[in-house]
Amino acid sequence: MKDTEGYITEDGRKIGGVVMEMKNITLKFGGVNAITDISFDIREGEIRAIIGPNGAGKSSMLNVISGFYIPQEGEIWFHGKPRPQMRPYEVARQGIARTFQNIALFEGMSVLDNVMTGRLTHMKSGFFSQAIWKGRAEREEIANREIVERVIDFLEIQNIRKTPVAGLSYGLKKRVELARALAAEPKLLLLDEPMAGMNVEEKEDMCRFILDVNDEFGTTIALIEHDMGVVMDLSDRVVVMDYGKKIGDGPPDEVRSNQEVIDAYLGVQH
Amino acid sequence: MFYRTAGQFKTTYRDDQALFPIRQDGVLVGIFLILAWAVLPFVASEFAFQTLLIPILIYSLAALGLNVLTGYAGQLSLGTAAFMGVGAYACYKMLTIMPWLDPVIAILLSGFFSAGIGVAFGIPSLRIKGFYLAIATLAAQFFLVWLFEKWAWLYNYNASGAIQVPNLTSVAAGGNYVAGPLASSLTQYYIVLGIVTLLTILTINLTRGTLGRTWKATRDMDFAAELIGINLMRSKLSAFAVSSYIVGVAGALFVFCWRGAAEPNLFDIPLSFSILFIAIIGGLGSILGNYLGAILIVGLPVVLNTVPPALGIPISSALVEHLNLMIVGGLIIFFLIVEPHGLARLWGLARQKLIVWPFPY
Ligand SMILES: Nc1ncnc2c1ncn2[C@@H]1O[C@H](COP(=O)(O)OP(=O)(O)OP(=O)(O)O)[C@@H](O)[C@H]1O
Ligand SMILES: [Mg+2]
Repeated sequence: MKDTEGYITEDGRKIGGVVMEMKNITLKFGGVNAITDISFDIREGEIRAIIGPNGAGKSSMLNVISGFYIPQEGEIWFHGKPRPQMRPYEVARQGIARTFQNIALFEGMSVLDNVMTGRLTHMKSGFFSQAIWKGRAEREEIANREIVERVIDFLEIQNIRKTPVAGLSYGLKKRVELARALAAEPKLLLLDEPMAGMNVEEKEDMCRFILDVNDEFGTTIALIEHDMGVVMDLSDRVVVMDYGKKIGDGPPDEVRSNQEVIDAYLGVQH
Repeated sequence: MFYRTAGQFKTTYRDDQALFPIRQDGVLVGIFLILAWAVLPFVASEFAFQTLLIPILIYSLAALGLNVLTGYAGQLSLGTAAFMGVGAYACYKMLTIMPWLDPVIAILLSGFFSAGIGVAFGIPSLRIKGFYLAIATLAAQFFLVWLFEKWAWLYNYNASGAIQVPNLTSVAAGGNYVAGPLASSLTQYYIVLGIVTLLTILTINLTRGTLGRTWKATRDMDFAAELIGINLMRSKLSAFAVSSYIVGVAGALFVFCWRGAAEPNLFDIPLSFSILFIAIIGGLGSILGNYLGAILIVGLPVVLNTVPPALGIPISSALVEHLNLMIVGGLIIFFLIVEPHGLARLWGLARQKLIVWPFPY
């Protein structure tokens, strides 16, 4: 597979070239090797899953992509170039948005304001324009509000628009967090266990949203998920991690029949 | 019933983002503005100007500044009084060096000095949070007051060590005196009110827009804020700058349009705490709260001093002081435990009840 080529998925979607490539990433916390020499790529337009047992290093991997953790070894290639070390906010400004395993919403703000924060990377108006609420600041506020309202409609959370997020149910919070990430109109969307702790109905909704996002906006998605059924349904390719190592990589069916993966999930002694 | 929102539909986002999306809020603020601008100044006695109206405005401005930093950006500061001092001394020195400068301009410029110093003392906030940051700002408080005492250049080498405000006229007041013994309370009140109104409007705009969301995100969850694209350093330091600017202007007004003189210990820790109490009782993260809190903190001792004697109950000034401390202390505990969002939230709840009245929900 050459980088520029891509492939056609089972359901006929065209997947493009490599957007992001992790090359030989190793991440240590003191004596703990959270990630050991892992390489994989993420292609344009695909839904890429990262799976593995608890503590396998999945969240750490997303944090490396986000620039939140700095790996001791390895390179991150983004759009065909090695990415220099950068702060998380700079990574976000390159068009990478994410959600968190443990919801990280701004609890003191309304749903609308939370989603509006997703637009901050697109806000350019100056201090004085904001202070007098005229000119660019006002135009920007209205234009971005329209985009945010489309996201709110898309995720069907219109009725809680003005509600403070603090009192929302877990499932709704997860949805608002997705809304905040989508509002950034990211090129690459990272989802850390978007369905954890949800009931069946909420999970189905979330699956539908993820597929719709990918389908309608062509957003590339990397997601971590424990529910194997969900992973098989959603993802085009899967990376399997165990104890910080990569033990499988490929289409869901292939990965599922991989003996090492089966062992890891059944808890065979190492 | 008076707060009926039915029939007020928003058809554009511009309407929904208006300053007062609920019409009655706008009306209420209008009533307050008319009272402050057109009614109170004509009925207030000299005593009311000096013990209530002017100090309430100045204290609420200082609390507004602190609220930007603590309530909106989540960075606790115990050094408010010292930053007020920076504004006051900066204003004094500017007018000494440039006597031709209009005092109102000087007051507005003095905030830039406190903003600069605020940013410098805000740098630790990039590494430390909460309690430790509070201690760092406390160090700023002690250091600056020490500087006001020791650096004689600041008070023009006066033997007393205090600054004495000279008589100053301003174009903004139609050439009348705005500072010094010759200034009338009415003029000073209007200057203070004008500046407080202006800075309040600018602050409301800042806090409801992009910068405000940046601050609130930083306050609520800093690592998530950074991961969605917020430069935490810029967010925190801009909060220190804006906050210290407002606090500095409040300090300049405090000395030039109210006290008329200042010794270094005027800017000591008790003043910092008074401002913090106003912000807490009024409500952190609220604009309205600063005015409610200031009315309470400034008004309470005046009420305790005047009401019992008027009812024929003799009350000593020591007792007033103790009562005041006890009541304020009780209120702080009440608000910290029961209603951390302060008077502004209580008002919000009352408003919510009025909107749905006479139905319970
Ligand atoms: N900030 C940190 N400091 C120290 N150790 C860490 C840190 N973050 C993760 N680890 C360790 O790295 C390993 C991988 O953790 P990680 O959170 O990436 O796992 P995970 O695959 O996301 O697991 P889960 O399914 O439970 O979310 C674990 O052993 C964890 O204890
Ligand atoms: Mg995890």
